[in-house]
Amino acid sequence: MCLAIPGKIESISGDDPMSRMGKINFGGILKEACLACVPEAKIGDYVIVHVGFALSRLDEEEAHKVFDYLKQMEELGELEDKGGGASPSRGKT
Amino acid sequence: MKYLDEYRDAEHAQQLARKIHRLTTRPWNIMEVCGGQTHAIVKFGIDELLPKPITLIHGPGCPVCVTPLEMIDKALEIAARPDVIFTSFGDMLRVPGSTTDLLSVKARGGDVRIVYSPLDAVKLAEQNPAREVVFFGVGFETTAPATAMAVYQAAQKKLKSFSILASHVLVPPAMEALLSSPNCKVQGFLAAGHVCTVMGYKEYPPIAAKYHVPIVVTGFEPLDILQGVLMVVQQLESGRAEVENQYTRSVRREGNQPAQELIRRVFKVVPRKWRGVGEIPQSGLGLNDAYAAFDAERKFGVAEHRVEEPTECLSGLVLQGQIKPHECPAFGTRCTPEHPLGATMVSSEGACAAYYRYRRQPAVAGK
Repeated sequence: MCLAIPGKIESISGDDPMSRMGKINFGGILKEACLACVPEAKIGDYVIVHVGFALSRLDEEEAHKVFDYLKQMEELGELEDKGGGASPSRGKT
Repeated sequence: MKYLDEYRDAEHAQQLARKIHRLTTRPWNIMEVCGGQTHAIVKFGIDELLPKPITLIHGPGCPVCVTPLEMIDKALEIAARPDVIFTSFGDMLRVPGSTTDLLSVKARGGDVRIVYSPLDAVKLAEQNPAREVVFFGVGFETTAPATAMAVYQAAQKKLKSFSILASHVLVPPAMEALLSSPNCKVQGFLAAGHVCTVMGYKEYPPIAAKYHVPIVVTGFEPLDILQGVLMVVQQLESGRAEVENQYTRSVRREGNQPAQELIRRVFKVVPRKWRGVGEIPQSGLGLNDAYAAFDAERKFGVAEHRVEEPTECLSGLVLQGQIKPHECPAFGTRCTPEHPLGATMVSSEGACAAYYRYRRQPAVAGK
């Protein structure tokens, strides 16, 4: 029910901030969404859309963080493997 | 970055799962609040990646499930009127009221239409000035801004024939209601990412402190959920109970201010009954006095309807994690998705419905 999916803004219409609409591209499918609550969103930005209503502009820098964390973990994990040879639970499973 | 497939990568998921395995030393009960998260957990088998001592308890976060029986009955009565075009999200159509459902009303000639957005209902009202157009406003804080915008637009356009049956509910009061139950087993929460996208997470630190539970705002993709679980487990294992945000690409601490402003403009906080749970104070949104003309309950004189729910249903216990769905005596026999007794068997996001669909064999139901 709270399903909301990311899509890319292709175009924006309407001058009144409360009736700003956008054409949003969801993996090739274009749908209209209300952009009234994401005044900062521009063409080319990704927004999270729920029932035809954009709830937020996705932050690209933040979006990468989990992958940075995973990469860091991988590096640490390798160190753990080398340093912790005595502990079987630390090996790669 | 497309913000979707990247978060479903199997190797990355395994990496997070291994980290959770390494960290976990004791049993922990973690509740995912949102039905969308429950759905993803079952669909991607995320619970099966987790160490055995970690139990995911499926929360009350499915607005379809928690809509009270009497509200469904009100919808059915309004939808059956010949002067009405009754509009709703598709998943409400099969939810049973006391005697029937919206789909059956439609089959008998009622003008019941599925809309993608509340704003589509406003367009329908513009196109059909001679008919009453009613929108069934169901949903959490995630959906409330869109419903509020529909009411706001209708007021701007002076559409006298548009109204909403408001059944919006709020998540934090329900979390508190669960935590204050003496039998509550929940030790940590994955908070609902899209609810927090709208509302932020300023409401949660007092709850985390009062009940000493970690609360991690979490997204909906497999990597989000696994990282959310990891963050909760890190807190539990180190004895912390803080509010953290996993879903930073969408959720800011303050939430979406224009959306909150829109909600405040149109709605007021009211007590609300939750199906299978009972009435929770300050847990719903109803139209405020300035927009009372758009209140379908008043317009069609159904505000005073009261219906008692069947007592055989144990969904209240399921929602609090006190029993698993298959431990209910009615599960799969007198209670099925076709003939549900209550809340959690109703919608595909409900815990009982998910267990009925994916976990009916005893061998798999063991976890």
